[in-house]
Amino acid sequence: MEAGALSNPVLRARRNLTDRIGDPLLRGLSGLAAALAVVVLVAIAYEVAHLAWPAISKFGLGFITTNDWNPVTERFGAAPFIYGTVITSTIALLFAAPLSIAISIYLTELAPARLRRPVATLVDMLAAIPSVILGLWGILVLGPFMHDTIEPALKSAFGFLPIFSGDPSAFGYLTAALILTIMTTPIITSVTREVFETVPGDLKEASYALGATRWEMVRQVVLPYSRAGIVGAVILGLGRAIGEAIAVAQVIGGASVIHASLFHTGSTMAAQIAAQFQGAPGALGKPSLAYLGLILLAFALIVNVVARLIVQRGALKDVDVTPTEAEAL
Amino acid sequence: MSPGEGHALMLDRGNLKRRNRVNRVVTISSTAAALFAVAVLVIVVTSVVTKGIGAISLHFLTTPMGLFGDTSGGISNAIVGTAIIVGIAAVMAIPIGLLVAIYTTEFAPPRIGHAVRFALDLLNGVPTIITGIFVYGLIVVPQKHQSGFAGSVALAIIMLPIVARTAQEVLTLVPATLKEAAHALGIARWRTTVRVTLPTAAGGLITGALLSVARVAGETAPLILVCSIFGQGVLTEPGQALASIPVFIFQSSESPSPEAHTQAWAAASILIAFVLVLNVVARAFYARSRKRMGA
Repeated sequence: MEAGALSNPVLRARRNLTDRIGDPLLRGLSGLAAALAVVVLVAIAYEVAHLAWPAISKFGLGFITTNDWNPVTERFGAAPFIYGTVITSTIALLFAAPLSIAISIYLTELAPARLRRPVATLVDMLAAIPSVILGLWGILVLGPFMHDTIEPALKSAFGFLPIFSGDPSAFGYLTAALILTIMTTPIITSVTREVFETVPGDLKEASYALGATRWEMVRQVVLPYSRAGIVGAVILGLGRAIGEAIAVAQVIGGASVIHASLFHTGSTMAAQIAAQFQGAPGALGKPSLAYLGLILLAFALIVNVVARLIVQRGALKDVDVTPTEAEAL
Repeated sequence: MSPGEGHALMLDRGNLKRRNRVNRVVTISSTAAALFAVAVLVIVVTSVVTKGIGAISLHFLTTPMGLFGDTSGGISNAIVGTAIIVGIAAVMAIPIGLLVAIYTTEFAPPRIGHAVRFALDLLNGVPTIITGIFVYGLIVVPQKHQSGFAGSVALAIIMLPIVARTAQEVLTLVPATLKEAAHALGIARWRTTVRVTLPTAAGGLITGALLSVARVAGETAPLILVCSIFGQGVLTEPGQALASIPVFIFQSSESPSPEAHTQAWAAASILIAFVLVLNVVARAFYARSRKRMGA
């Protein structure tokens, strides 16, 4: 695009022509791509509902509360898996949320400047480990450790509580919850860290000037300022936890029952689909799993929308709460 | 937690010892939390590598899997299959993702741009197993058989929001002055985009592409549904179901045999090395690109 080209009338005319085509072409192509992204989202919901239709028309909303999954009698219900999803994700977040906040405090307030980037990168790398590998590690390393050490200890200390009753087992809700803790911690951390970094320095300095210790400054300035962002981050972690299929399927044991003990085997919606879809028998096997998928999709979409709304209402619009890979940087 | 209350307390000298103690406890536990996260990474990676490295050999890398239960084979068909499935997914998702990003940053009115971004975030939040069900209904049911191509489509859907969101972030970092300079010279918008904006952002765009590849290379859930029953030997035709490394790890991990577990660890070492190296390279690109754009 040298200046000479513009002064030459012939070249100029040709350029005008390509520009007349080029501009609308790029606009059209890119607009089409953007429309495709929206269409895919709608198509996913439609197709899953379509596959689930035989089960929806057979079981109706009663599917959600039916506590049974029996291919022989063709009686299917989502209750054991909704229970498993809720219990494992809740426990995972009970661990991951404080852990992530503590890591973010370390990374933004405590760590020496030289260590901040490397440590943050290492925490992010935890999110890069494929879930199937975490599941393999869960089966062969974490599971036996839970069975031999952690669960007997919990049982002897808190065995009177129903959640710590029964025999220790390598597979079950608790093992799955710990794997989910490992998966969600880096995601929550990357968002909370970013939120903490937006806290204005003069507010922090004002707190120090009043004689606050570092923790008092964090408690009185950083945490209140970041509240919406923290809640949004934790809910995004929840979205990740409820949707994880493979690692959970590997370590939860795959039992279609509700059991109070966290040592007991169970299953989640995502894990049940991953484990059963391939060999699902009969006219209702796959549709019932798709119905389960539809409920899971509704959970996931609601969780994501709520997380975004919370953060936006917290007037932190400049903070991007989606843990896209870009933020892992 | 009114600030006045807290600050009044702070002036109370008698409390100083207790306050410093609390501060120390929090400092130590925050540091411990960060150490814990790093330790988990180190423990997982070292157990994968130490348990797997012994089984990695030329034979393992160049021989296809044996029949079910036969652990004398290798994973050459899985390596080839993963390369094909992920390669086709990348060819579909990266250009489309880039176009989406160009639309939202260069052309879209603010409200539509916002809506597209929102849709991408929701797409990113769709559990990957659901993407698997979608592609099963979309491609496997009509074709009546699984295929590597179905796997690629599923992985492309997972990649799309990652590529598009990263590219958006990088494109908004391109200094407005550069684009304005091009506009001032009377250069058309598409030329500015292709010749000025994209080359400036190239490093960051490559980062997004590499990270999305790293992310789906280990993706298992949708492949279990749409590409997990495959024939013997090294297959290269995407129209039929292909073996893949993640599915191999999953299937071997479910087996009770210790030999199968050893094979799973070995395949996991290769996958984890690939994913972590890709992450490191991607970060290096990003750091360089940010520097270039003065961000």
